[in-house]
Amino acid sequence: MPDVTFTVDGKQLTAPAGTLLIDACKAAGIEVPAFCYYPGLSLQAACRMCVVRIEKMPKLQTACTTPVAEGMVVQTETPEIAQARKATLQLLLGNHPLDCPVCDAGGECELQDMTFKYGAGESLYAEAKNHREEQKWSPVVYFDRPRCILCYRCVRMCGEGMDVFALGIQNRGSSAVIAPNIPAQQSPDNLAHLDCEQCGMCIDACPVGALTSGTYRYKTRPWEMNHVATICTHCGDGCKTTLGVRSTSDGAEIVRGDNRDKSGINGDFLCNKGRYAFDFANSQDRITAPLVRQSDGSLKQVSWEEAFAHAGKKLRELRDARGGKSIGVIGGNRLTNEEAYLLQKFARTVLGTNNIDHHRTADYVTFAQVLAGQQGRTASWRDTQTYPAVLVVGGDPTNQAPGTAWNLRSDVRLNKARLYIANTDEIKLRRQAKAFLKLAPFGYGFFASYLAGDSSSASNASSDTSALDGFRDAVKAEEKLLILIGSELRGADLKRLIEFGLTIPGAKFALLSDYVNSRGAADMGLLPDMLPGYVPVANPGSFAEHNVPSEPGLDMLEIFEAAGRGDLSALYVVNSNPVARYNIDPAALKDTFVVVQEMFMTETAQIADVIFPAANLYEKGGSVTNSYGDLQLVQKAGDRAGVRTDFEMIVRVADKMGADVRALVPFGKGLRADMGQTRGAQSGEADRHAVWLTANNLEPKLSPFDPWAILDEIQRLVPGYNVLRLQLLSGNDQHLEPSAAAAANPNRRDLVLPSGDNLFTSGTLGRFSPMLNDVQQYQGNEPLIQIHTAAE
Amino acid sequence: MPTLVSHPDEVKVISRRFGQGAADIDKYIELDGYKAVQKAIAEGPDWIINTMKASGLRGRGGAGFPTGMKWSFVPKQSEKPKYVLVNGDESEPGTCKDHVIFLHDPHAVIEGTMIAGLAIGSKMGFIYLRGEYRYLLKIMEKAVADAYAKGFLGKNIFGSGLDFDIVTQSGAGAYEVGEESALMESLEGKRGVPRIKPPFPAVVGLYGGPTVINNAETIASAPHILLMGGEEYAKIGSERNGGTRLFGISGHVERPGVYELPMGYNLKKAIYDVAGGIKDGKKLKAVVPGGSSCPVLLPEEIDVGLDFDQMAKAGTMLGSGGIVVLDETVSIVEFALRTISFYQHESCGWCIPCREGTDWIKKTLTRVYNGGGSKKDVANVQYLAENMMGRTFCPLGDAAAMPTLGFVKKFRKEFEDYIEGHKAGTPIITVEQLVGAH
Repeated sequence: MPDVTFTVDGKQLTAPAGTLLIDACKAAGIEVPAFCYYPGLSLQAACRMCVVRIEKMPKLQTACTTPVAEGMVVQTETPEIAQARKATLQLLLGNHPLDCPVCDAGGECELQDMTFKYGAGESLYAEAKNHREEQKWSPVVYFDRPRCILCYRCVRMCGEGMDVFALGIQNRGSSAVIAPNIPAQQSPDNLAHLDCEQCGMCIDACPVGALTSGTYRYKTRPWEMNHVATICTHCGDGCKTTLGVRSTSDGAEIVRGDNRDKSGINGDFLCNKGRYAFDFANSQDRITAPLVRQSDGSLKQVSWEEAFAHAGKKLRELRDARGGKSIGVIGGNRLTNEEAYLLQKFARTVLGTNNIDHHRTADYVTFAQVLAGQQGRTASWRDTQTYPAVLVVGGDPTNQAPGTAWNLRSDVRLNKARLYIANTDEIKLRRQAKAFLKLAPFGYGFFASYLAGDSSSASNASSDTSALDGFRDAVKAEEKLLILIGSELRGADLKRLIEFGLTIPGAKFALLSDYVNSRGAADMGLLPDMLPGYVPVANPGSFAEHNVPSEPGLDMLEIFEAAGRGDLSALYVVNSNPVARYNIDPAALKDTFVVVQEMFMTETAQIADVIFPAANLYEKGGSVTNSYGDLQLVQKAGDRAGVRTDFEMIVRVADKMGADVRALVPFGKGLRADMGQTRGAQSGEADRHAVWLTANNLEPKLSPFDPWAILDEIQRLVPGYNVLRLQLLSGNDQHLEPSAAAAANPNRRDLVLPSGDNLFTSGTLGRFSPMLNDVQQYQGNEPLIQIHTAAE
Repeated sequence: MPTLVSHPDEVKVISRRFGQGAADIDKYIELDGYKAVQKAIAEGPDWIINTMKASGLRGRGGAGFPTGMKWSFVPKQSEKPKYVLVNGDESEPGTCKDHVIFLHDPHAVIEGTMIAGLAIGSKMGFIYLRGEYRYLLKIMEKAVADAYAKGFLGKNIFGSGLDFDIVTQSGAGAYEVGEESALMESLEGKRGVPRIKPPFPAVVGLYGGPTVINNAETIASAPHILLMGGEEYAKIGSERNGGTRLFGISGHVERPGVYELPMGYNLKKAIYDVAGGIKDGKKLKAVVPGGSSCPVLLPEEIDVGLDFDQMAKAGTMLGSGGIVVLDETVSIVEFALRTISFYQHESCGWCIPCREGTDWIKKTLTRVYNGGGSKKDVANVQYLAENMMGRTFCPLGDAAAMPTLGFVKKFRKEFEDYIEGHKAGTPIITVEQLVGAH
């Protein structure tokens, strides 16, 4: 569209023709207030707050529905306009309860802001206000009808944005009301309820306090919290979540998660888990003191010093007596990159073993190797918002990567993107697809072969063979194509699919995994045969300085097989629950010295000899890499007395083993030393560290627990990770290109085990989130939900 | 069937077949029925539109937009199907003109719909009747079925090679759906709320296709115009207001009923001659000239011609042609309350000024009416109405605000006297506290 020039409040502005006046004003820094307008959702023109005066128009016009035009002359603030807005506010406030002092939205309410601005201070009416009791629509969504101003943002967000359509409007006129999809008359308890994805997007979109969060309501006021922007710990999308944090007697409690400032990679979006499932951090079940198993088999609470000394001494003895190869190390998918890097470095240089693995949820090794040497072929998450065509093979983004699903829906809705989906299941996202191809069970490999040109695979790829050709031809005809790949495709299948995609010049790829730093765990070398950056252990390149063992170590399953044979002297587990995940018989580890760093008494922790209480991702600083390879900063939000970061604990154990801490963490040399920031100003931890540092003749302000020191090393040594530190610190995401150096052993096992999580589960962590349990139970309440389904 | 009224001053064009059993298709054919559509087929779309333009026919729904011009706005080429929509959602209080057309001459509506379809190149028409007109829907449905049986509708109409189908549809009882875009939403099966304009229906209308939507009376006028010629029709009316119009005169007159009068006919004559003057020799107090949304006229203001331009000059509107005559016994406070109660009940609730404004005016007037008012309330009602005017999403807000403003401005003293206990007029109907759905 060509640009047009127009005048707003005397300022000459230029914008592409067709731009809505309200957006053009916003871009120029001129605020036009609006309740119902919401960028990206359909236009309403219902609230009449955005009225402006346009020359030659007889009446005030709504800026939200008026496209800018050449020569248009607009006034956005005149006494006439102010009066119109004031009158609208007076009408709204007529029935509004004015319960701002107890309303969750007080302090961040658009109605409140507008009332302050336009001064609709005195009531014109003598009649009683219409009052209705609040309604609990679900464990996480409450509705206060008297506060509702009927802007319909929630209705559109739920329908257009989420493709759920759980909210609607009932009645008309002054009786009009927002209503959820299980009406009271159909509900066993005679109360209205919501059957939906429980994402809470309606709450974020609500400009007032009509929709409130079940986990946050009446807990605190916005100005009593610190607001910390960090990355959600749950799925592989890596959405930003802003955590509201309040001091408590034993640390800092997270009381709210939301995304109101929309500053993250995820734009408007946040799902159920990102919004509410921080509550595991506040769980009473957390381990808050180190525990050491006694000779009678019981676990005893000991001091940190004692626990570190015990673990360090024992590991040193076992390494020296039975060799590093007798020790296994298992890392987690929710560690920071710095912690994952440090863990593998600790394993390889201190414990002297390559027996390192993590719960792999996607085959990133193959992904990196097939794309090695290619430039601009990996997709950033941001590409899913804008690409003109997208092919999704496998996976179920709606359930496993809700942010990806949101982006794809938005891309289809706003950019008319063409979405192609091939899946063995009828996933929900097919509703936005231009073409959906139902694959036969286990048909992904055959489908990849078919795409690659092997027509004999057709019948094994899909029973709908007639649709296959059309699907393939449509995909191949795309010039710019984003190919999103589910974790079902691994090894040779994955390779075949990517190689097919590479024949399309404008194709980009992403491989979807299940946890916030699954990609980072692989990138950082929590693998038996790969150093960070997919550098083979046999050919360590720049990692030669670390003198790592050159033989590939044992993978996850081999580690436990070794334990069963009695060949595993020690197992060091950080932020992982392999015993439950791989269904390991605890008896296999009876002769193994097990050290576990964990938040909860998981199945793995239960058999540990030493348990270190660990901080979670919301309680530490560092960086994480999402499924797409976008690197982002995490910041410390919550705090719990009695826990420490995995980073610190690894360093302390290494120290107790007699390792050179300065070699493990090259601290004090980076661009930014840690001055307590990564641990949070409110924590009081800085002082505690200072005591330890001083006792060890170290400079307190240059700490070996500084993740930035390791980030320096990551930037220096890990291929693809040489990022701009300033961008990272500014909270911006940076896309990384994998650059595998050499081919892997063709016989290596991919060992991918998808988490199988849905919207309301999150691995082991999900069990400790009261909210997720509530919502699971609620959505599984068959009398309630089935009645609704029957009514459809 | 209500008794038909008549008066020598009437010019019977659209009401020509009233009372002659023209709901029967054979009778309709006998009375020159379905001739106009055959002429339209023979002469072609340009001729139809030119004839309609020449006739000076302006939309009979109330807005008075020139019909020929409206039809000419529809793009000739369209990827999506084009539609003709007949707005029979006659809901404006005081209005009962389309009612008699559906009752006495349903085939004129069908024929007019076909003509509009021929003019714009549409193959599909919808006749939408208000929910309360279900008994008339039966008549319309029979008429459509009869037309199909004769082969007038369906494939290859009158051997022209053109197809035309008509579907009838009843509303669910919402005044708001009389607004053209809300009607389309309703017809599509959605909530009856208006659409954002532009785009206008002529470009993006029903199911996204270019759509002509006309009032039932407008549509029913088309066959007569084609048969008598545009210029002839125009001559009957006043300047820029071609033809005749059905006026429903109700209230305190001796002979209430629907009369077909030339455009520009004097309002005072219409009340005192045509409708026989004020009932029982009482004094005239006020006239609501074109349905309840038109600002009220005082007795000294009614010497004015009944056409769109003269009424606008008099500070009111011709509206839907429903003339409501109030005699001296009427309490304007009560009348204002009844009027706003209607709009409060019918507001769709989409936009704030209408939804909340009608509600607060009604609440305030209810209290005033029940004896709890203060002078501040009158000012407040005026303030509310003034701030609704021109600020709402669709014209319903204006339709509620305009009469309210008329009442409080022209009868302010009566409101103030009422509040002080000197109640004017005696209530003719007991106003109950309307208990809404909430």
